[in-house]
Amino acid sequence: MKIVSEKLSLLESLYLFEIIRGLMITTRHFTRNMYYHTAHLFGLYLDVPAAVTIQYPEQKIPMSKRWRGKHRLNTRPDGSTRCVACMLCETVCPVQCIHIVAAEHEDPEIEKCPESFEIDITRCCWCGMCEEACPVDAMYMDTGEIPEASYSREELNYNKEVLIKQRPLPGYQRSLNAPGGGAPKVNPLGLY
Amino acid sequence: MCDAVIILLKIAVVFGFVLNVAAIMSWAERKQSAVMQDRIGANRADVLGFRIIGLFHPIADTIKMLTKEDWIPPQGNPLIHTLAPFLSLFAALIVFAVIPFGDTLHVGSLNIQLQIVDLSVGVLFVLAFGSLGIYSLVLAGWSSDNKWSLLGGVRAAAQVISYELALALSIVGVIMVYGSIELDDIARAQGQYVLGIIPYWGVVAQPLGFLIFFAAAVAETKRTPFDLPESESEIIGYFTEYSGMKFGAFWMGEFIEIVAVAGVVTALYFGGWQVPFLNDNGLFVPGLFSIHLPHLLVVPLQVLAFGLKVIFFCWFMLLIRWTLPRFRYDQLMNFGWKFLLPLALLNVVLTGFLLIVF
Repeated sequence: MKIVSEKLSLLESLYLFEIIRGLMITTRHFTRNMYYHTAHLFGLYLDVPAAVTIQYPEQKIPMSKRWRGKHRLNTRPDGSTRCVACMLCETVCPVQCIHIVAAEHEDPEIEKCPESFEIDITRCCWCGMCEEACPVDAMYMDTGEIPEASYSREELNYNKEVLIKQRPLPGYQRSLNAPGGGAPKVNPLGLY
Repeated sequence: MCDAVIILLKIAVVFGFVLNVAAIMSWAERKQSAVMQDRIGANRADVLGFRIIGLFHPIADTIKMLTKEDWIPPQGNPLIHTLAPFLSLFAALIVFAVIPFGDTLHVGSLNIQLQIVDLSVGVLFVLAFGSLGIYSLVLAGWSSDNKWSLLGGVRAAAQVISYELALALSIVGVIMVYGSIELDDIARAQGQYVLGIIPYWGVVAQPLGFLIFFAAAVAETKRTPFDLPESESEIIGYFTEYSGMKFGAFWMGEFIEIVAVAGVVTALYFGGWQVPFLNDNGLFVPGLFSIHLPHLLVVPLQVLAFGLKVIFFCWFMLLIRWTLPRFRYDQLMNFGWKFLLPLALLNVVLTGFLLIVF
């Protein structure tokens, strides 16, 4: 192994001035960040970040618009799911995490509806094929959300009610018939 | 009776200040390093949704440490193993007994010296109990029945003993300049002025001595860039086999040591309680203006100034800890013996020479 050591100049070999230079850099960061942290407490300069930290889950990095997040079942104007239990998503799903039990719909105009619609999110591989396969505008992955961690597997087995409740993130929505939604606004002061 | 009450009050004030600052230091270390590195720092411990910038973290840490198992190595020496962290705490705390935090306070017929004990050997007392801290490191390493702890203890002892020489020799310069080894005399003497306007603080009289003292003092506190004794992440230090609150006591001892060093630096080199141009009669700037202030206002102002100086140096030591990388062990020893020690000797000779000439 070849060790190359740079020759220090006289001032550098005294360490002192180099130490002061280093301390000045860290002090500059400290004072600059403290200035903005303090200003944030008084509600000033809220658009200038005082730290590079993104405080997930309160703050989130904006994902690409094509990014596939948590699933959602799109709804009709009356709030019921658009799904007609055609089983295309269940069939196309490469990891078989979608489980649909079909039932007759009350409305004679509509053939079927899912009696239960479950997605085992622990198995999902986020390929988005279900979204593509859906012929009736019912399955979307445009919520912009990462599934939360959970203490039990049951909570990660999303059922129909959970999936209907999901809303598309504004600007991300891929369906023309999406219900209104949106991420809750984060109060930046609450993060301190 | 009255004397005893006053002494107890002084102890309560000083140790209340020191212990609180030391406890907050554990929070400040995390927060300050975070702010310096453009991060946020610990802020997740909350009570009823209130986070108050992470100030619950020291409490949460304490609860965690108190409720953890206190494990003593089966082949170790339980008595010494338990004694070591308390020695470290004791040696760090006792230094404050001689640090003056204010001028003499006159209340009615009472003259209260704002210092817990006015020892005639003040500086020596500080040095003596500073060295006593070594025992806690060596004993902790030895009683742990762990070769790496033992090596860590030996490493720590070698480092602390080496830097103690430079530390003591750099103080000699201050003693020569002010002609006393009582800390309150030294602090009082720093109220004079050079050329009428520059306060005659230790750092003005002894700039080189201050640098040596500060470098050696940081090494004494065993913190980066001199943190080889523990070096949490890489090498194994002397308190590997400690858990629970005994480990916490070592940490607490380290933070108290920082406050202690800040106090000694303030008393020796930064005028103790002195505020420039603030004397017993009030604010007086030669040639500009003078405001008369009552004695009972001046003294609290001076005590406040002392506290702020100490807090500034605590901040500064954290700044150093989060700026500089660690020395290699041979660099550490070379720096101590071949650079700081000769420099400290030179400082003593230079000071003596200058004192004779002027």
